[in-house]
Amino acid sequence: MTAFLQSTFNGLVSGAFYALLALGLAVIFGMLRVVNFAHGAFYMLGAFGAYVLLAEAGVPFWVALMVVPLALALLGMALERAFVHRLTRLDPLYNFLLTFGLTLILQDLVKLRYGVQSSPYEMPAGLRGSVDLGLFDFPTYRVFILGFAVAVCVGVWWTLARTRVGMVVRAATERPELTRALGINVGRWITPVFGFGIALAGLAGVLAAPMRAVNPLMGADLIIVVFAVVVIGGLGSIFGSVAAGFGIGMVQAWAEAYLSAFPIVAQTIVFIVMAAVLLWRPAGLFGRAEAPA
Amino acid sequence: MTSTVESRSEPAGRGAPSGLVAAARAPGWVRHALLVAGLAVALWLPNGLYPAVAVDILCWALFAVAVDLLLGFTGLLSFGHAAFWGVSAYATGLVAIHLGLPLPAAVLAGALAAAVLAVPIGYLAVRRTGIYFAMVTLAFAQLVYYVANEWRSVTRGENGLQGVPRELFGLDLTDDYYFYYAILPIVLLGLAGAWRIVHSPFGRVLVGIRDNPARARALGYPVHRYKLTVFVLSGFVAGLGGGLFAVSHRFVSLEVLHWTTSGKAVIVVVLGGIGTLWGGVLGAGIVVRLEDWLSFSGFEAIGLVTGGIFVVVVLLFRRGIWGTASALARRWWGRRD
Repeated sequence: MTAFLQSTFNGLVSGAFYALLALGLAVIFGMLRVVNFAHGAFYMLGAFGAYVLLAEAGVPFWVALMVVPLALALLGMALERAFVHRLTRLDPLYNFLLTFGLTLILQDLVKLRYGVQSSPYEMPAGLRGSVDLGLFDFPTYRVFILGFAVAVCVGVWWTLARTRVGMVVRAATERPELTRALGINVGRWITPVFGFGIALAGLAGVLAAPMRAVNPLMGADLIIVVFAVVVIGGLGSIFGSVAAGFGIGMVQAWAEAYLSAFPIVAQTIVFIVMAAVLLWRPAGLFGRAEAPA
Repeated sequence: MTSTVESRSEPAGRGAPSGLVAAARAPGWVRHALLVAGLAVALWLPNGLYPAVAVDILCWALFAVAVDLLLGFTGLLSFGHAAFWGVSAYATGLVAIHLGLPLPAAVLAGALAAAVLAVPIGYLAVRRTGIYFAMVTLAFAQLVYYVANEWRSVTRGENGLQGVPRELFGLDLTDDYYFYYAILPIVLLGLAGAWRIVHSPFGRVLVGIRDNPARARALGYPVHRYKLTVFVLSGFVAGLGGGLFAVSHRFVSLEVLHWTTSGKAVIVVVLGGIGTLWGGVLGAGIVVRLEDWLSFSGFEAIGLVTGGIFVVVVLLFRRGIWGTASALARRWWGRRD
């Protein structure tokens, strides 16, 4: 039982990364109808931002946790104005291709400057060691990540569900023309929402820095898993994306714990689940069916 | 994808972007002249370039045409075609090494393996459209990548499959120059096959599905089955390219299955011109030649260049090279009439 709870907890922690990334993708998709391929690259930039700030300027983790997502939000907003914006009226595939190109550029820029080796990032003081969770000891940092990610997800939900800004964004997501007709300037919100989604990816990156290897390719394989997660959850549904993120994290951890004889299953279970969801509910577990095509 | 997109950004009735329509409108003698010129370039190529580069161009031309069959003529962006290219590369290599079959048979076996893999992936992927189709194919290709990475007894993991023989009925083809001419007929057959698909009644239905899926369904066409069929055919053509690639390099590494390979195929198509078929061949020539030149001159950040090409083409140049050229040519003829 303890082992089960332990692997569940580990799954929730890796699910927290999926959830933060999927949340950012879903928020951007809802407002702009853009699937941001570069999301993994911004996650990587977040981790690198924290690493560079600490290594070259001695900026501590807590400051990086605030500064890096903000800086990436600004970068994201600039990229949205410069590039993404020009393609939002066209087929969403063009922006998918554009952000794929941006991914290659961002990865190679970081590679040119820092090489491909992984850089270590020191665990922030105060989050070292472990805490007693009753049944077992758990690394403090992982507990922190889980709590922080859940708080962010709840905060985003609260903002969308309960504030006036959230109301505007939800209305613009569902019926952009009608929202405009009611006198609300929808265009005004597009760039900040894009920046916000990017900030979430950057935040996940900073959180990952002390725990995972910081290297230019760290976001590349992750983003494909996150794509599978949002296909499972239904990209149109913000709740679905977050739930699928945590869910897939747990399923992966269970597969690792109980199917350790077949390491390939733990690696690929997310894609197997995706195949099952496509068979059973093609629109995703929480998605609405598209127009028949 | 193209037509719905462009018609929204341009006045209605103008500029059909697909090469299909352009080919139908260009006078017969122009098309014949282009065909002769294309064949002449294909025959001359290894004399003007390093033969090894020319061989790579042939392989990538097949790959690009396969991706364009889906993207340009069915409106489906497959971002996971490395699965078919790569599985065929491994299958071809294994067949050639262990069974000692001659080149055409080994490549055919590889392409068939790719087509077989395309059945389940396509069956699941055609349940989604648009951007989801791209994500789903990307995810399945990653699944194939992980399996190949884990299945070391067969794929040799990160060491790769080494010593793929290059042999044709006892002829020694180790010289790239002769190898080029040995595989050229296979490549031309593959390209002709793709052309045949596009210009068949089946291909017309595909374009109909691309432009208006609801109407195609209302007319009684089984849309999913059509999409699955072209997906499998496309997997087969990509597999032909991948198999030839494996034999030409005499080595198969995991890179053939990586998502960057899928992305490169899409770049080649977009640069050449979506929905133009031959644009993909042109794009393959440019991208392969450029990458060879970059790596020869010691430039390591190839992603900067390919990514940059992507951004520029998608922002400014969405018809690609072939699409732009045929649009210009059409305008010129239109003025003369």
